[in-house]
Amino acid sequence: MESVLGRYRNLIVLVGVLFLQVLGLAVQVKRTTENEPTRLIRIWTVSTVTPLEKGLVSIQRGIRNLWHNYFFLRGVRAENRELKQEIERLRLQQVRLSEDAEQARRLQTLLAFKEQFISKTVAAQVIGSSGSEQSRSIYIDKGAHDGIAPDMAVITADGIVGKVMRVFRSTSLVLLIDDQSSGVGAILAKSRLQGVLHGRPSGEVVLEKIMNDEPVQAGEPVLTSGGDQIFPKGLPVGTVSKAFKGSESFLDIRVRPAANLSKLEEVLVIAQKEERAPSLSQTAPVRAVDVLAGRLPSVPDKPATEDPNKTGTTSAKTPVVGSTASQSAQGSAELTPKPTPANVARNKSVGNASPSSNQSGLPASPTPSDSPASHSRQLSRKPTTVAAPNNAANGMPSAAKPDQRKPDQPKQDQPKQDQPKRDQPGQDQTPSEDKPQ
Amino acid sequence: MPITYTSGEQVEVYRFSVPATILIPLIALFLQAWLPLGLHFFSIFDLPLLVTIAFAMARRGQISGLLTGAVIGLLQDSLTHHPIGVFGIAKTVVGYGASSLGVKLDVENVGTRFLVTLLFYVVHETVYFMVARGLVGLKLEWSWPHELWSALANALVGVALFAVLDKFKQRTCSL
Repeated sequence: MESVLGRYRNLIVLVGVLFLQVLGLAVQVKRTTENEPTRLIRIWTVSTVTPLEKGLVSIQRGIRNLWHNYFFLRGVRAENRELKQEIERLRLQQVRLSEDAEQARRLQTLLAFKEQFISKTVAAQVIGSSGSEQSRSIYIDKGAHDGIAPDMAVITADGIVGKVMRVFRSTSLVLLIDDQSSGVGAILAKSRLQGVLHGRPSGEVVLEKIMNDEPVQAGEPVLTSGGDQIFPKGLPVGTVSKAFKGSESFLDIRVRPAANLSKLEEVLVIAQKEERAPSLSQTAPVRAVDVLAGRLPSVPDKPATEDPNKTGTTSAKTPVVGSTASQSAQGSAELTPKPTPANVARNKSVGNASPSSNQSGLPASPTPSDSPASHSRQLSRKPTTVAAPNNAANGMPSAAKPDQRKPDQPKQDQPKQDQPKRDQPGQDQTPSEDKPQ
Repeated sequence: MPITYTSGEQVEVYRFSVPATILIPLIALFLQAWLPLGLHFFSIFDLPLLVTIAFAMARRGQISGLLTGAVIGLLQDSLTHHPIGVFGIAKTVVGYGASSLGVKLDVENVGTRFLVTLLFYVVHETVYFMVARGLVGLKLEWSWPHELWSALANALVGVALFAVLDKFKQRTCSL
């Protein structure tokens, strides 16, 4: 017996070591459905390897910054010129897009539509990879100490990267979207078809679960659908590079990731998301109903009053001041100036003009929110309303005096019937011009 | 007296110093994790495997070979998101096989080193594939062209790496 053991000692040791590892594997595979604690060997290995990686990456970055920021500045002027042109172009584009966004937000508010907002992100440096083709994952230099937790989304400016898989004290393991065990809820931007994004063993990214009879074309952008509860909706994922009929009843759609997954340097971890109904921004406090009201035909204005004594009552009962839709939307608690010709004219042109900006009865002086166009409109327009009683005595229209109003003066003072003028031929449609439609 | 294909009568047995035994696998692991960030193609190489083969062939002890393979493999597993043990099992088998073969071959010869590395890379991938699919349930795809190209590339790097590791070898005895 002893001779047998001695003769096959090495083989027995081999079988024993293999058996132990298989046993360990079996235990781990069984436990993957539960909350698997981090294995000690992982902590040791990661703690040993990642400090070296961190150090090397920071040295590499320092050298690169030194070179790019101080030595290699060729073509910077030309680039600067191009960037300025690009800024100008983007500014114009931003104006258009912000109006579209505001309108969308207003409509979403009406529908009580809730959306996810990224409220906190943590910037992280990529310091290493798993080093295996079968495990497409990276290490970042932020961990539990920095508020990172498992299942947080990781993105770049170009698109999504992956999700946090394991968190250590000062590092984290991020599973990339091209790994075969990853899964991302995705939607095709044009056709609005939803599917699941997976990685293939070869490293390709595919969009699955879209039926064969759906029209999908190459080049179509793919966005996150938000269905996975990890990535907020609408983040860029990539573009369709190829789409053809699969072996089953689903299409085989290959996706080219928007983020360059093979050359990641810095990433953003979405540390906090919040789900809330969109609120109207202060820059355009316009309700959709106001915008719609502005587009509807309505009764034209009455001519200016004939009796100065009645002016006070007229102005109180029939407020014809050019209040904008925004003003009417600002709520009753907001103090507004009494209608005078001065602020009438101003309000016609600028929705939120300051009441103290005009003391002479002339058209409102320019304020930061005034535009040259609005001034030209003011000058060409006759006041269509009457002066407030306190200003009518001297015959000169004067500026509104908010401090003379009663503090509890209700919102009825705020005129609401400016809409009729819009539909009169030859008149400005100032409120609607000043507000995004 | 073992049967050998070496030109000499005796088979040299080497050992590595303790710092080299610890640091060389760690450096290999570190480079394996770090280099693919800048050089994406580097992920086809398996430096820990090459170190396992080099250690096992130099030491020519089956137990030390399989234990070296097991430890390096488990450490490599720790860096991935897969269960620990897939690389461990594959490298244990390679360590055992390389040390067994090292007793019978002239492992100082460059051609032998190239062929042994080529062979054990394929063995390693085969065992890894079987364990990953059979035990862990990973959906891996086997591609012969890819595996052969990778084996060739690893064998070439292996020859260079063995030459570097020769500097750290210390002769102990002859079998």
